[in-house]
Amino acid sequence: MPTINSIQDLKRLREEAQKIKDMRDQTGKTQVVVGMGTVGIAAGARETLKAILAFIEEQQLPDIILRQTGNFGISGQDPVVKVIVPNQEEVIYGKINPDLARKIMQNHVVDGNVLVEYVIEE
Amino acid sequence: MAYYRSTILVSMDPVCIEKGAVQVKEQLIEELKLHKLLDEVEILDSPRIGNPESEGPDILVYPEGSHYIALTPESVRTIVVEHFVKGRELAQYEAKMRDLTDEEVREPKEKEIRVILENIGKIDPRNIEDYIAVDGYQALAKVLTEMTPEDVIQTMLDSKLRGRGGAGFPTGLKWKFAHQAQGNPKYMVCNADEGDPGAFMNRKVLEGDPHSVIEGMTIGAFAVGSNQGYVYCRAEYPIAVSTLNIAIAQAKEYGLLGENIMGSGFSFDLEVRMGAGAFVCGEETALIASIEGSRGEPRVRPPFPATKGLWGKPTNINNVETYANVPKIIHNGLDWYTSMGSEKSKGTKTFALAGDVSHTGLIEVPFGMTLREIIYDIGGGIKDGKAYKAVQTGGPMGGCLPAQFLDLEVDYETLGAAGSIMGSGGMIVMDEHTCMVDIARFFMEFTQEESCGKCVPCRVGTRRILEILERICAGEGVPDDIPMLHNLCSEIIQDSLCGLGQGAPNPVVSTLKHFLDEYEAHIYEKRCPAKVCRNLIKFSISEENCTGCTVCARNCPVSAISGERKLLHVIDQDLCIRCGICQQVCNFDAVEVN
Repeated sequence: MPTINSIQDLKRLREEAQKIKDMRDQTGKTQVVVGMGTVGIAAGARETLKAILAFIEEQQLPDIILRQTGNFGISGQDPVVKVIVPNQEEVIYGKINPDLARKIMQNHVVDGNVLVEYVIEE
Repeated sequence: MAYYRSTILVSMDPVCIEKGAVQVKEQLIEELKLHKLLDEVEILDSPRIGNPESEGPDILVYPEGSHYIALTPESVRTIVVEHFVKGRELAQYEAKMRDLTDEEVREPKEKEIRVILENIGKIDPRNIEDYIAVDGYQALAKVLTEMTPEDVIQTMLDSKLRGRGGAGFPTGLKWKFAHQAQGNPKYMVCNADEGDPGAFMNRKVLEGDPHSVIEGMTIGAFAVGSNQGYVYCRAEYPIAVSTLNIAIAQAKEYGLLGENIMGSGFSFDLEVRMGAGAFVCGEETALIASIEGSRGEPRVRPPFPATKGLWGKPTNINNVETYANVPKIIHNGLDWYTSMGSEKSKGTKTFALAGDVSHTGLIEVPFGMTLREIIYDIGGGIKDGKAYKAVQTGGPMGGCLPAQFLDLEVDYETLGAAGSIMGSGGMIVMDEHTCMVDIARFFMEFTQEESCGKCVPCRVGTRRILEILERICAGEGVPDDIPMLHNLCSEIIQDSLCGLGQGAPNPVVSTLKHFLDEYEAHIYEKRCPAKVCRNLIKFSISEENCTGCTVCARNCPVSAISGERKLLHVIDQDLCIRCGICQQVCNFDAVEVN
């Protein structure tokens, strides 16, 4: 446990604690969810996930929550990616390879335009 | 900055470490490495998350917020494969979700300003880092590095912060007296003996934001020159006591309490003392006696605790809410604080709304708000659209204020002038179906029971008042009762030793003043206008509405109702015990009260 011996120690600890607190607060953040069931992984969901991860890191996007979940239950459409922008309808995309994932991140998450041609459920 | 899609917080509480938290962390790193996930998932040390005794070692996984408990090497392996590789949350290892709705403190209404209640429900009271994240202990750091005790006292004087225990004594002045008092050691005491029925703002602060009280007390200790403090909390608040004890232990661990706080050379230690739930122990001299281990009885003041308090030493006593205000004032500044409130009372006050009001629970408003705004705009008005009759402020020793006071701007002075008190902030709203004589009797019953018995006016006087009120409610009141009540009240107020006795007659005095007609109806007409006092009411069945369904007759516990099927039923007044069950069960509103 850190012992606070000076005002600098306290400031440092506050920054760390704020980071964790922000992380817990999920309101108002865009969520990107990748289906990682066995089928999804076999269809390449890991690569899709990594591409999204790399995109967020490259673009330094703040306040994006990248989550994974189990099988979406939409057969033949893996890898499946769901985008949830606060106060908007959830959008589910099917057959998303790493290139498409980057495209979705740029067009939908950053610019706010849904890529209608890849949407399988709205 | 690297982006991680997921973060694992590993609880590094001493108990968790003992149960293998370090090994859990090492295994997590190994397993994640194995699945090539270490660059996606971040692992951080955390203070306690759940209850280490029953749930350790435990981890918290974000963004999902999954709380995995009682981890073993097997469960860690499964969690990595399932949660981090396949994205499935594992319910079998998770702690049950806590109930997140809080009926005691609702979302703030438009007119509220939350200062004291700001963090309640938003931070984890058992995790000091949550408090630090919302600028906790910044005020203490400022005090210890930039201010002298005199500066702190001056700030408190300028803020016009007044005692939230009810009397409204300026906090800065109290600290100044204790600071100037001769004697060593000096003590800091926090009065958390919240005894008013229906008031629970102090409990909520201790349960939801305990560090704000600890920080406020430490700042006060620095100003007064004390190195030892006590929080006197009632035993009926077990969660408040345990939360406070956890908070004190964590503050000590982090070097924010105890020896040499933040390397400043100033030391302050804090302990919790539990009271056995005697109402009188909220009185400061009785409280001191109780901490010392004696019977909780008040003594004559002066000498005031500031000069001769705990163990005969200079002692500063403030209420929970008063201390919780202190760090906010220092951190946010005087201009911010004095911008809220009325001319003489600055800042905000928490109130516990109870009784016949639509939204009950804790609220917080700036001083100077009218009773109407509090009851109608924030409380949502009277329940079931009934009419307002009175509000009793300040707990069992407060007065009842009728409708003509609804536009009163609430602060210490205005309430006092209206014949009531601020008290700890209880607010019991009563609708038109409340009998004011019965209410006065109810509160008298409470204070009479809680009188410690040390002084005669309180011990005997409250008993006599109660007997008279019981007699009036039973329909046996005599004309002499009203002057007798006046006489008893003024003598008890004048001659009692402590605040309990001096305040006890308030409900009687105020109802006699504002609702004399109800007393007179009880005494002269043997009638209870609100139809509450059982001996003065009569149930009867209306010929017009009765369908002869027999429900009332079947439910009457004393078989006082007779009547044939489909014919009018009749209540035998000699047998009737006026329990009101017939009225509750009748589907046709045929049972009338007169």
